[in-house]
Amino acid sequence: MSARAVERHGRPSPVGGEVMTPFMKLMLGIVAVAVAIVLYRFAFGLGSVTNLSDGHPWGLWITFDVVTGTALGCGGYAMALLIYVFNKGKYHPLIRAALMTSALGYTLGAFGVLIDLGRPWWTWKLPIFFWTWNLDSIQLEVALCILLYTGVLWLEMGPVFLERWAGDEARPRLRAFAERWTPRLRRAMPWLIALGLLLPTMHQSSLGGMMLLAGPKLHPLWLTPWLPFFFLVSCIAMGYGITVLETMWSRTIYQRYRETSVLHALTSAVIVVLVVWVGMRIGVMAWEGKLAEAFAFDLYSILFWAEILLFLVPAVMLTVRPARSDADRGWMFLAAGMMLTGGTLHRFAAYWFAFNPGRHWNYYFPSILEITVTAGFIAAEIAAFMYLIKRFPILTGRPSAALPS
Amino acid sequence: MNVSRRDALKVTAFGAATLGGARRAQARERKEPPADATGMLYDSTLCIGCKACVVACRKANDLAYEPHSRLYDDPIDLTAHTCNVIKLSETGDGQTAFMKAQCMHCVDPACAAACMMGSFQKRQNGIVTWRPEKCIGCRYCQVACPFDVPKFEWHSATPAMVKCQMCLAKAGSTEPGQLNEVGEPACTEVCPRRAVIYGAYTDLVEEARRRIAAEPDRYEDHVYGIEEGGGTQVLYLTAKGVPFTALGLPDLGPESVPSMPVTLQHTIYKGFAAPVILYGVLAGLVWRHRRAQDAETAEMEKEMAP
Repeated sequence: MSARAVERHGRPSPVGGEVMTPFMKLMLGIVAVAVAIVLYRFAFGLGSVTNLSDGHPWGLWITFDVVTGTALGCGGYAMALLIYVFNKGKYHPLIRAALMTSALGYTLGAFGVLIDLGRPWWTWKLPIFFWTWNLDSIQLEVALCILLYTGVLWLEMGPVFLERWAGDEARPRLRAFAERWTPRLRRAMPWLIALGLLLPTMHQSSLGGMMLLAGPKLHPLWLTPWLPFFFLVSCIAMGYGITVLETMWSRTIYQRYRETSVLHALTSAVIVVLVVWVGMRIGVMAWEGKLAEAFAFDLYSILFWAEILLFLVPAVMLTVRPARSDADRGWMFLAAGMMLTGGTLHRFAAYWFAFNPGRHWNYYFPSILEITVTAGFIAAEIAAFMYLIKRFPILTGRPSAALPS
Repeated sequence: MNVSRRDALKVTAFGAATLGGARRAQARERKEPPADATGMLYDSTLCIGCKACVVACRKANDLAYEPHSRLYDDPIDLTAHTCNVIKLSETGDGQTAFMKAQCMHCVDPACAAACMMGSFQKRQNGIVTWRPEKCIGCRYCQVACPFDVPKFEWHSATPAMVKCQMCLAKAGSTEPGQLNEVGEPACTEVCPRRAVIYGAYTDLVEEARRRIAAEPDRYEDHVYGIEEGGGTQVLYLTAKGVPFTALGLPDLGPESVPSMPVTLQHTIYKGFAAPVILYGVLAGLVWRHRRAQDAETAEMEKEMAP
């Protein structure tokens, strides 16, 4: 972390306070219901819980928990790009919280895959039986990459835990472990960070590439060799969006104030990403001669323009009125919310709305049970985040009284 | 920070360099059926819809009746209990035509391109077969198949992927083990009108063309499956005036479904060089920028020290 950042934002420290708040209990309650549904699903098959069919074999769990969930978990990737590739050390105060949301998002994404798999008991073969790997399978790359990246994220979070344990007088063995591994992890860190930049570049783009295999079932506005590019660039926008929301959340709920200037400066990076995405999205469709589909004014063309507007409007908003002071927080929040919705819609379109198996298949809409399980995933993520920031040094910022002027 | 034009260029370059292959990705070379390929030829004009093949398929594969009706031979489409079905299509003007649906045994199968550990593969005679040993039930094969063929056992705790394997292996069986000897599939064996026949792929193509040439008024002048979707080892003939789409066959171009995405993937990841180079560049940048940022910190801390 740059010294200036340390001076102004403080080192990361645990928030403290009671863990078992009523809100926490509510979250855990939702998780418990979801776990019960998942157990039922493993006993009686996916069809007993979901509205999936042979025509719509992937639904809410894959679209949201896995594909969108990992994109929402790109805060760590987006911030690392800014800090280490574009050398903007001043964003370092945001990285731990961003990495934390990433680690949780990816871990739950991996669990999301496991509950959706029909035959999960053979999953262990996947990383081991390399001689059976089908190198034509884009999903193979996605699966291995996400698995590896989830591990990398927790290693990148390692210092958070080691710092806490190093100061733990009551548990000498944990303390010795922390003292032994802290320097080793420090030496390995540049290599891990670089891996943490490479892997999402690979699998976030390939998540788009995967749906190209749907071929004629995917609407032409999404069936383009550039879909991986759109997925990659939009996941970076979503990473910034979630970081902005997370920063505001910790400020409102835990009174961790940071200079608004950090967020303000972030906006210019976001604008570049959003404009590149919108320009390429329209440009590629024009280049491929698909403007007729784009202006067909059917459901698909509306979806297409909705995606574009949800990225274009925040870009315009942040250009017209960059978030300079506290008064702009609502504005910033709105913009971040819109780009998150846009990226989410893009994924829902490619995996669900614009996927049309045709003919006699009923339209897919998730069952109440499917929605409850997804709610359980979100609740688990919120609960884990609240616990971790209260007990581990993740959030930077100071209470308002100590905010340097 | 001020985003300079240089930064904007970096963002674009980063994305473009990563996916630079996208533009250049042309379809790979068209795949040909293997030399020993066998297949089926279904002649819609000969079929009388007796469904003997549906029953024979069920028996050969030990498939149960459809649970919704408890009847043995009334499936309306391919399901996890039915991997061969005769459908009656209305083709307009009160006319009808029969259609036999089962796995098309594609020359370049999308299911096999999708499958992570090769549970779906072209095996003996180019027959596309599902094996249970490494399938994790992700159902990407179902997303990929343009013919809607692989079916999943939604109501089983130990589900299988069910589809026609031309009797090379029992459909829906999760028993690992050897494949059957290649022989005539049950459906072609029982067909009383020889509406569906089994044979070497090249012979079937020849026979289909011979029939069209012999009776040009009877048939549409096109054999479905030679070109469509990169080619299929099951071929179709339809009556004059009845388009293949009316039979429920999708209107596919000559390019196989996996052709574009797999080419794209192999272009970007050719020799795994791009990820390795990108990793090297990233590691260099991280190392340099971290060192600079750490040095700045150390200096500031020294200054701040009393």
